[in-house]
Amino acid sequence: MTQSAHCKSLLDSLSEYVDGTLSEELCNEIQRHLSDCQNCSIVVDTLRKTIYLYHAITSEPADVPRDVRERLFHSLKLEDYLQH
Amino acid sequence: MSEKIPPELSLDALKSGNRDEFTRLVDAYSGPMYRMAMKMLGDGQDAEDVLQNTFLNAFKHIRSFEERSSLSTWLYRIAANEALMMIRKRRPETTMTDTSVEGDEGGEYSPLQFVDWCCLPEDELLSVEARRHLDRAIQRLPEKLRIVFILRDLEDLSIEETRQVLDLSQTAVKTRLLRARLNLREQLSSYYSERIGDRIEKK
Ligand SMILES: [Zn+2]
Repeated sequence: MTQSAHCKSLLDSLSEYVDGTLSEELCNEIQRHLSDCQNCSIVVDTLRKTIYLYHAITSEPADVPRDVRERLFHSLKLEDYLQH
Repeated sequence: MSEKIPPELSLDALKSGNRDEFTRLVDAYSGPMYRMAMKMLGDGQDAEDVLQNTFLNAFKHIRSFEERSSLSTWLYRIAANEALMMIRKRRPETTMTDTSVEGDEGGEYSPLQFVDWCCLPEDELLSVEARRHLDRAIQRLPEKLRIVFILRDLEDLSIEETRQVLDLSQTAVKTRLLRARLNLREQLSSYYSERIGDRIEKK
């Protein structure tokens, strides 16, 4: 394979590679390519970071604002439970 | 949430219309459903409508819930459908062009930007402005990619659960996820490489 064909085939398994769900064999193959392809290394690193940043902004507990919760309970005719 | 029904909830009580139990269901799941709708729609009022419709529908249809999926997957499914309907209602003209996502699903999505911005400090990567940009970037994804990214990467559902929520094949989920992630990486690369530029100028 040419270098750019390697880059292209890496792209197809990129998600699985960063999620760690690839077979060891494919993983090793990708790592070999990454060690001498700077562009692909940057794509992998910045893709990982992208996912990490989105994880970071959603790791805060998912709270429903008080007024939104109140209106939700009213719409479900559960307003007598609002004191809880 | 690997269990189908969380231990604190009784499906029998829910199905028999027990209001105490339904209140517990609402309190257990309204947070994630609201967050998902907010990320999907980027608008508090629309997200609130989706939240209310989700639980109204859940109330109405809980008796037909079969334990083929988990309760949370079932709720995400209702909420995702409500959110997608809301988007279609909001911009009726896009329903015509929406097929473009399927059309080029296997097409080109080669990376174009090769700036390594990983070195930026965490407080800059997650500044108030950067967070706004992260949210805006999600809004720019085509909705079929957006919903997959939100379920898988923000709500932390597995590929299998995402597939169940959206009635897609595993392959379609994986393809859309990859495209969404690469699209966001491009958007973030544009934004953060400017920040690197700013830092160099200041020095
Ligand atoms: Zn390469």
